[in-house]
Amino acid sequence: MLHYIGKRLLHLIPVLLGMTFLVFLIIRAIPGDPAQVILGQQATADAIAALRLKLGLDNPWYVQYFDYLKGIVTGDLGESLRTRQPISSEMWPYLAATFELAFFAMIIAIIVGVNAGIVSAWFQNSWFDYLAMVIALIGVSMPIFWLGLMEQWAFGIQLGWLPTSGREEVRDPVTAITHFYLIDTLLQGRFDQFIVVLKHLLLPGIALATIPTAIIARMTRASMLEVMRSDFVRTARAKGQKMFVVVYKHALKNALIPVLTVVGLQTGMLLGGAILTETIFSWPGIGRYIYEAIGFRDYPVIQSGILIVAFLFVMINLIVDLLYTVIDSRIKYN
Amino acid sequence: MRKGKLYLVSLMMLLVMSLFLAACGADDEETSSSETSNDSSTNTDSSTTDNSSSTTPQVLVFGRGADSVSLDPGIVTDGESFKVTQNLFETLLNFGEQDTTINPGLAKEWEVSEDGLTYTFQLQEGVKFHDGTDFNAEAVIKNINRWKGGKEEDFYYFNSMFKAEGEDIIKDVTAEGDYTVVFTLSRPQAPFLKNLAMSPFGIGSPTAFEAAGDKFGDNPVGTGPFKFTEWKRNDSITIEKFEDYWQEGLPKLDKVIFRSIPDNSARLNELMAGNIDLADGINPSDGKTVEGDSALQLIERPSMNIGYLGLTNTRAPFDNKLVRQAVNYAIDKQAIVDAFFEGRAEVAANPMPPSISGYNDAISPYPYDPEKAKSLLAEAGYDGKEIELWAMPVPRPYMPDGAKVAEVIQKNLEDVGIPSKIVTFEWATYLEKANNGEADAFMLGWTGDNGDADNFIYTLLDKDNIGSNNYAYYTNEEVHSLLIQAQSETDENVRNDLYKKAQEIIHDDAPWVPLAHSTPLLAAKAGVKGFLPHPTGSDKLDNVSME
Repeated sequence: MLHYIGKRLLHLIPVLLGMTFLVFLIIRAIPGDPAQVILGQQATADAIAALRLKLGLDNPWYVQYFDYLKGIVTGDLGESLRTRQPISSEMWPYLAATFELAFFAMIIAIIVGVNAGIVSAWFQNSWFDYLAMVIALIGVSMPIFWLGLMEQWAFGIQLGWLPTSGREEVRDPVTAITHFYLIDTLLQGRFDQFIVVLKHLLLPGIALATIPTAIIARMTRASMLEVMRSDFVRTARAKGQKMFVVVYKHALKNALIPVLTVVGLQTGMLLGGAILTETIFSWPGIGRYIYEAIGFRDYPVIQSGILIVAFLFVMINLIVDLLYTVIDSRIKYN
Repeated sequence: MRKGKLYLVSLMMLLVMSLFLAACGADDEETSSSETSNDSSTNTDSSTTDNSSSTTPQVLVFGRGADSVSLDPGIVTDGESFKVTQNLFETLLNFGEQDTTINPGLAKEWEVSEDGLTYTFQLQEGVKFHDGTDFNAEAVIKNINRWKGGKEEDFYYFNSMFKAEGEDIIKDVTAEGDYTVVFTLSRPQAPFLKNLAMSPFGIGSPTAFEAAGDKFGDNPVGTGPFKFTEWKRNDSITIEKFEDYWQEGLPKLDKVIFRSIPDNSARLNELMAGNIDLADGINPSDGKTVEGDSALQLIERPSMNIGYLGLTNTRAPFDNKLVRQAVNYAIDKQAIVDAFFEGRAEVAANPMPPSISGYNDAISPYPYDPEKAKSLLAEAGYDGKEIELWAMPVPRPYMPDGAKVAEVIQKNLEDVGIPSKIVTFEWATYLEKANNGEADAFMLGWTGDNGDADNFIYTLLDKDNIGSNNYAYYTNEEVHSLLIQAQSETDENVRNDLYKKAQEIIHDDAPWVPLAHSTPLLAAKAGVKGFLPHPTGSDKLDNVSME
């Protein structure tokens, strides 16, 4: 098992290296000069040249690339061209904000998606089944920014139930410790703030959860239908077990494996795919951080941001693969 | 392993998606993403003034489109940074409440020598920086020397305003006693006082910036009505009342929180939901919604901008003056203003707005006259080749909807026989390519920095600025000599005549189609009082109160 993990981690190295290289080349292929963007429309040619020199942008690309790699190896992700802050310290609050939102959305997606899928499979071809699958289809197809704005309009403006942007009530800001506000507020015993933070999570969480919820529901349904037709389920039913027990105890465990794969992939997607949600809900997360960096041609931030997201993506997949062995004892990695 | 393949594919998808976003600037309409480009953009409104005080802490939450880059005003160029530093720092001189006249600031009086080379300032006494350091002549000198000694790429605005041909315009700054500062210039500079009033020249505490070095922007210390409290990047900046502020009874607010809400519609939603008190960057199309809501007020920022269609003068067919004039006749500017600015703009005649001293009001805009345009094109021998029409990808106060305005222009051009293809790029790419002279016709605009004619005409249309802001690659020697002369002319009337003459020549040369001077919009809760938005986009909040 440890051997397997070691091997998988070794495999990561060429994948991530290839990634950095690709990202590095492609972002430099986009027209737009960071020095020009930083100095603004009024910059003189001299000032731009001086800034390029200072930022090391006039070195040949391969020199820049190896400098960047050297930094990565020593744990230095570089410095933002725009804010001149070290990225490693600058990135954490954004990353934490996205994690909190993505995990919250994933929990919603798993609870709603898995249960909708089970019930759909259990009562196949019932009105619930059809309804759930139509809703899932709509959920997959709905543009997230439209859904987000509609949510804001309905729950924020018309009903006034929920806040529509940011992570906290700015008039009573959370003191950040870990930057996971749900945890920070609990650590400080501020339950009132905890509720406020939770409320802020709801709308963007639901918006972000729609697509994975729909995908998980469809996957669970398909996989459950398959398992329900298998021998052991028939045996369990024949022994007089209650349908509920059969479904939730025997069938579900076997049906979860493909669902878990989808969960892993979707979690990765949420990390990178939160840009629109983060923009609509003014959520200061990693998606917006990278998106804005692209607008500013802030090369180090784009590179390191994508690198970190990719790293997390592959790590989540590794964890998912290891979870298979927990769920299904037939699977072993040797 | 099927699964291994699947996740590799997904990883590639993730990568491709993020790069795809990079390459084609996602969804510009939705997000007014921040960006540098001095167009110290954003919007506003005007409100009545009367003040109230109450015992509950007065907190104002100001929603805006993007976060600041740094809070050291000397090193930044973006409007979102100045919006905050304007309240933390003060300048030697102030602009008027809603104009760019010169008023006392940290300097209460000043004298200018006959030859325009010596400026003597009497400073306010008893002023303290937020860290307790005394404000005096020495502090002013240290600030000037910090900017002067810095590199051009660090103190961009100082270099752009106070250096010419590599030479320092401010030759020397000396103290005569604790509260008198004497500036000696190497050459007369007409807009010198106006330049000093610009946000980038806010005076910082020498104690603080000497200790902090290049980290001064993370913990800024000035003499302003508010002092810095906290910055959550990309989210919010909090500033609070400075108890020892030298002006009695100010500021009226206890705390101001600047929140970054990138999406214009989301920002308005937040205001309507009551989570913020004031929002800038209101779309002209949302103006009526705000006006129809009794809980809100619409506030107009005095206009100091120009939106234009630039014609690259070095590229065919626009290397021919007759073709450029024809395009000016072909475009129905009034229709554009009515349709896309909701009437909150005036049609432009000159490359600067009428509020600027030196504006030539004898010039009227080219009338909409397609027949005249056709005959000019025939005279020019125009070959009917398709041109590229570049549409701005981001909304700006001077151009709320580039894509739609481009469609109207395309139709106008087609009517007179100029076929065109609309193209657009992500903003940074757009600026770079236009700057390289790769566009045929392109939309752009400008918001003034200091309310001086030089900051419009010389900056945008002088041959010295080809490669920076003269995107149209317009060159005219006569205009150049008029503008250079005007820079050091200290007699206001003579100077205005020079600019008027330059505008006549420019009008005839038609390097652009000037489109509109827009009125940017803000919205606030009805209870926000005393907020007077400034044409430069840097708003002072010391007089604002909440009911």
